[in-house]
Amino acid sequence: MSLDLATTRRIAKLARIGLEEHELEATRQKLNGILGWIDQLAEVDVEGVPPMVGTETETLRQREDKVTDGNCRDALLACAPETSGPFYTVPKVVE
Amino acid sequence: MLTGLTLTKAREGLAARKFSARELAKAQLDAIARLNPVLNAYITVLPEETVLAAADAADARYAAGTAGLMDGLPIGVKDLFCTKGVRTTAASKMLENFVPPYESTVTANLLKAGAVFLGKTNLDEFAMGSANITSAFGPVASPWKRKDDPSATLVPGGSSGGSSAAVAAGLGLAATGTDTGGSIRQPAAYCGIVGLKPTYGRCSRWGTIAFASSLDQAGPMTRCVADAGLMLEAMAGFDEKDSTCSNRPVPAFSKAVGKSVKGLRVGIPTEYRSPNLPAEVVAMWEQGIAWLKEAGCEIVDVSLPHTKYGLTTYYIIAPAECSSNLARYDGIRFGIRKDAPTLDGVYEATRAAGFGAEVRNRILMGTYVLSAGYYDAYYLKAQKVRTLIKRDFEQAFENVDVLLTPTAPSAAFAQGENMDDPVQMYLNDIFTVPASMAGVPALSVPVGLNGNGLPLGLQVIGKHFDEETVLSIGGALEAAAGFTHLPSVHAGAGA
Repeated sequence: MSLDLATTRRIAKLARIGLEEHELEATRQKLNGILGWIDQLAEVDVEGVPPMVGTETETLRQREDKVTDGNCRDALLACAPETSGPFYTVPKVVE
Repeated sequence: MLTGLTLTKAREGLAARKFSARELAKAQLDAIARLNPVLNAYITVLPEETVLAAADAADARYAAGTAGLMDGLPIGVKDLFCTKGVRTTAASKMLENFVPPYESTVTANLLKAGAVFLGKTNLDEFAMGSANITSAFGPVASPWKRKDDPSATLVPGGSSGGSSAAVAAGLGLAATGTDTGGSIRQPAAYCGIVGLKPTYGRCSRWGTIAFASSLDQAGPMTRCVADAGLMLEAMAGFDEKDSTCSNRPVPAFSKAVGKSVKGLRVGIPTEYRSPNLPAEVVAMWEQGIAWLKEAGCEIVDVSLPHTKYGLTTYYIIAPAECSSNLARYDGIRFGIRKDAPTLDGVYEATRAAGFGAEVRNRILMGTYVLSAGYYDAYYLKAQKVRTLIKRDFEQAFENVDVLLTPTAPSAAFAQGENMDDPVQMYLNDIFTVPASMAGVPALSVPVGLNGNGLPLGLQVIGKHFDEETVLSIGGALEAAAGFTHLPSVHAGAGA
């Protein structure tokens, strides 16, 4: 499958990576080169083969339903670029 | 020479009080001060007083007879492991000022065992790369030089290139690495040291900055096979904070080294005999086979029919998981932030400014293969092929105890080579990726030099959770090879 410019723009939008218009074409070419190589997977017959999820060496465990996050709100907030009281701040999203 | 010791020898010296942990740590710090400007192996070096205080505490434990497994041993920590109060960058601009408020489980385990941290080693940005050239903090130079062109700066391999360069050059007795598709084994091979990727689930991933969560695994990078066993023993163990971490008991791995390998069955995968493989790599592989035969192993040809698809499958699954994992870098909760009038604008500007080109491309590739309309053709297909790759290994391991292959298809290349075509760069990992896909343990052991004076490594791949047999075979290869070569840039040379 080959990638066109519109699709490249769409995935950059989905990934929230702000590419300049002039970067889109170079990115498209890079990704296309890799996709062309990846397309060899088409020749593998996977009829009836289940997908491998993780490496399936351990079964998932359950734990007690209690708070285990360390109770360190202020330490976590201290990592943020901008905060206000006990909150992260973002630009206004509702006008 | 205190900078040239193995962990095992250093521990003996400390226990016999031949030297103190303080002297040992100081020697490493001096070497780092002298050679790090050349190699760029460390992104962050801890303040001398911090390192020496940790060493003094270790000395006190030796005096009290309460020393742990890694007590007083000065090591580097790949800058992908969160270290409480110490900047952790993942070699990305995105995290250039990130100081984690918590300690990763692996580094916490090492600290509990008494290890002394020297600093945080350089890597490819977010561990994505095979040459340590994508770091936002500059590339790492290999301490090795080509005989015919000593002026060329060679790559140390990647992504754990800071760790491999540091251990090879005497800037720390060992270092932690992480391996997603070969990021411990390939740099170990390029730098002439030992690197062990344990079974997926052997070490906790908690607090290790995530790249591809179904593949990421921490492991030791050391100067001998016994050290790899010792250090893994300290790193590994059950952790309830990582749901994929195994609760199997951790064996005394270092005891596996030196055990007889007589009668073990060693598989040679036919598909790894690529016609493009350089003759000197083939010769080294044949030599390894001959050594193991002499040690009493039985050599068996095996087939891993889906080997060819390992890399392509990897370059769907790893970017897919990377795009999902790296969604967290949004400029809101940690890391850098670029302002914009809208929330989406903040995300887009932050991620464009914070991620380097390789990371951006992998996120975009991952976003594409997961997006509506392409998920089945790429991601689901790759997951199915991954099942086939894992079955290949399981079937091979019905007949053999381990597999022996080259670690990489060549010796280290120079900075600037292999840069234009990403696929060429990815091919460096052709022999390491399949074991990652299957989740089995794999070890790289340095066994010799090529015609140009550069190290070559052989890879021993084992069954799930059978690191012990891998280490035994690795020990036998090491004993036969007697690899004692040192790189041109070394703390012990020309001081």
